[in-house]
Amino acid sequence: MALKHKTPLIDELEKGPWPSFISDIKQVAERKPMCEDLLGVMEQSYMDKEGHWKHGGIVGVLGYGGGVIGRYCDRPDLFPAVAHFHTMRVNQPSSKFYNTDILRKICELWERRGSGLTNMHGSTGDIILLGTTTDELEQVFYELTHNLDMDLGGSGSNLRTPSCCLGKARCEWSCIDTQAITTDLTNEYQDELHRPAFPYKFKFKTSGCPNDCVAAIARADCSIIGTWRDDIRIDQEAVRAYAAGEFAPNGNAHGTGPSALDVQKEVCDLCPTRCIDWDGKNLKIWDENCTRCMHCINVMPRALRPGTDTGATILCGAKAPILEGAQLSSVIIPFIKMEPPYEEFKDFVDKMWDWWMENGKNRERLGEQIQRLGLREFLKALELEPDPRMINTPRYNPYIFYDPADVPGGWEIDGVAFRKRHQA
Amino acid sequence: MAFDPNEPMKDRITDIGPPHYEQFFPPVIKENYGKWKYHEILEPGVLVHVSETGAEVYTVRVGGCRLMSVDIIREICELADKHCDGYVRWTTRNNVEFMVDDKAKLQPLIDDLRSRKFDAGSNKFPIGGTGAGITNIVHTQGWLHCHTPAIDASGIVKSVLDELYDDFCGMRMPAQVRIALACCLNMCGAVHCSDIAILGVHRKPPFIEHDRVGKVCEIPLAIAACPTAAIKPAKEGDLKTVSVKNERCMFCGNCYTMCPAMPLANAEGDGIALWVGGKVSNARSVPAFSKLAVPYIPNEPPRWPTTVKTIKKIVETYASDANRYERVGEWIERIGWEKFFEKTELEFRHEHIDDYRLAMTTWRTTTQFKW
Ligand code: SF4
Ligand code: SF4
Ligand code: SF4
Ligand code: SF4
Repeated sequence: MALKHKTPLIDELEKGPWPSFISDIKQVAERKPMCEDLLGVMEQSYMDKEGHWKHGGIVGVLGYGGGVIGRYCDRPDLFPAVAHFHTMRVNQPSSKFYNTDILRKICELWERRGSGLTNMHGSTGDIILLGTTTDELEQVFYELTHNLDMDLGGSGSNLRTPSCCLGKARCEWSCIDTQAITTDLTNEYQDELHRPAFPYKFKFKTSGCPNDCVAAIARADCSIIGTWRDDIRIDQEAVRAYAAGEFAPNGNAHGTGPSALDVQKEVCDLCPTRCIDWDGKNLKIWDENCTRCMHCINVMPRALRPGTDTGATILCGAKAPILEGAQLSSVIIPFIKMEPPYEEFKDFVDKMWDWWMENGKNRERLGEQIQRLGLREFLKALELEPDPRMINTPRYNPYIFYDPADVPGGWEIDGVAFRKRHQA
Repeated sequence: MAFDPNEPMKDRITDIGPPHYEQFFPPVIKENYGKWKYHEILEPGVLVHVSETGAEVYTVRVGGCRLMSVDIIREICELADKHCDGYVRWTTRNNVEFMVDDKAKLQPLIDDLRSRKFDAGSNKFPIGGTGAGITNIVHTQGWLHCHTPAIDASGIVKSVLDELYDDFCGMRMPAQVRIALACCLNMCGAVHCSDIAILGVHRKPPFIEHDRVGKVCEIPLAIAACPTAAIKPAKEGDLKTVSVKNERCMFCGNCYTMCPAMPLANAEGDGIALWVGGKVSNARSVPAFSKLAVPYIPNEPPRWPTTVKTIKKIVETYASDANRYERVGEWIERIGWEKFFEKTELEFRHEHIDDYRLAMTTWRTTTQFKW
């Protein structure tokens, strides 16, 4: 069937081996005018080298302040079917396992009430239902909550949908139960997720180990990263088997198959703290110097495993550049046990949010506020003691804000006595 | 039962949160939760995880587009029903993972996935994205759905991955190479810690629609939004509006976010900047930001040839020059930036020298460098 718009430019994106999103949209465009016009908008953008979507208006479902992104086409004259093309964010199940029953229900709903296009998934982690009209929003929400047991995720100045790596579900390295934590936090903070009360957005992301597969350290205002504080577990026989070439090094990430691993060169010499010795028979790790970077474990997954006294490191403040430049998260709690009901952690979250909401300026992320007011103020609000694990180096400028409480007499100076000692 | 617009609050259900993850676990995942012992990549895109109980789960990872229609999702369901007892999962990098609990079920699944193509010829389910290869490119919305992009997203990703296809399906790189794309400085995908980041940039300051500013914008918010204080209140005749000191503008687009009467998008001004050497993993070296490699490449739809060629050149130089396990950033750290620019034949320009806040922390304060 011929589609409404000629699309010679974007048709070029049907060529080549990688899956073509244009071919995919075309399948649906044959029966959905919205998709037909979306292809038209894309072709128009490819001609103009400029996008054709307007600033989102305020649309949503009653009682929620997020979860729906308003979107309008700036050429409704040419592409009337996408004049309104709003997005709904649906909170994904933690770590994104599905059965086909729920997926088919989502498809059926979105074919009937929306464009039939989705993002699996958006950057934050939600299922994105891409493109519908204002009058369908409440209908979709009703069906989601009543028939699919699903709910909307976050958008705007509120808690964004938390996300995590698959952790214990299929990874041998997970030091914490990432999906249990993520689901618990999401349910605990539904109000913060759905009703914006923050200065700006706030993200939790949880990775099971320092490999950080969900990029928590780069993307989350509060990064929860699994770690351990006892010793790396070693199976010496398996180490020797790696050296002898019985296993594939690095989980066969290099496709070498079983081949001799040069333990000295590929493990010991690449350890950032040089805390591993190998005498050809036994591997010795000086755990007190190990920074738990994961390299040796990644290279010899059958021989080495994280310790068993596990928990998480909590880091705060990561964000993309807008507004004040990109930041990575900084260590705030070097180690915390993360076991249900996570009371200690939630207590920390309450204090963190109180401080941020009390002092935050409009559109100021937590990391920017910590920069503006100082890590010391943040720690004070959290009632945490300073720890060298929080810094790379102590300050090297001498501009210290000494605390008057630590100085005898505070900031009071007896001027008369001073002048008795020193003539003016 | 359906929503009744006359009684919107009737039977309303809110704040139920996501469905519980456990109901979506295949039995082998549920039974071995927390018991996994080790894993191995059998071939690119195919993994086995072995449990302490001796159970095994085989995973086939296929690259997906972030954009998926209900048709392709239904096809994924059909595959999952046929081979995987009706279970499937997505990764954070838009890959789809099909899991089976028996090695005998693996090859039929792989063959089935490989056989499926779109009518125009592209593969629906490329197998790969594991180990020392090119991972799926995570990206943002682009011209398909967002209002502030300087570039498209899906089309550039498609063009780059067509070129790097064999390395998505292979593992010949020194280490994994994570590529990400964001179509404006908002970086809603947080691409700033990627081995290679593709970023949409504007190069013309906002143009100010004086007759609309007063109507559609909160002027104080627009002024406050500018990180360099380039925006000042102004008057045009009787109209309250703003002015922009163009020399101070670094094209971040914050003003446009706050004020729709200050658009920046422009075909001649917009384009792509490439960044390299970032990472999020803590393995060996610490997490790092990506740094500027190419300040500007014009937008070249539909196939973005200069961007594709430049990325290919960076990838090939890295592949031939880096040591095993070295990520792009670790490789550059070892050889030095002067060697990076020499080997990749990328031009070093004034834009590479930082002149924003904390710029001096990036200048070289030693006599150590290479010729
Ligand atoms: S972050 Fe660690 S635990 Fe989580 S999936 Fe990645 S390697 Fe496994
Ligand atoms: S985890 Fe990293 S720091 Fe610790 S012993 Fe292994 S390689 Fe060294
Ligand atoms: S990166 Fe910018 S333009 Fe792209 S989707 Fe995000 S906000 Fe929109
Ligand atoms: S684009 Fe950014 S720097 Fe330029 S005027 Fe707008 S807010 Fe200011």
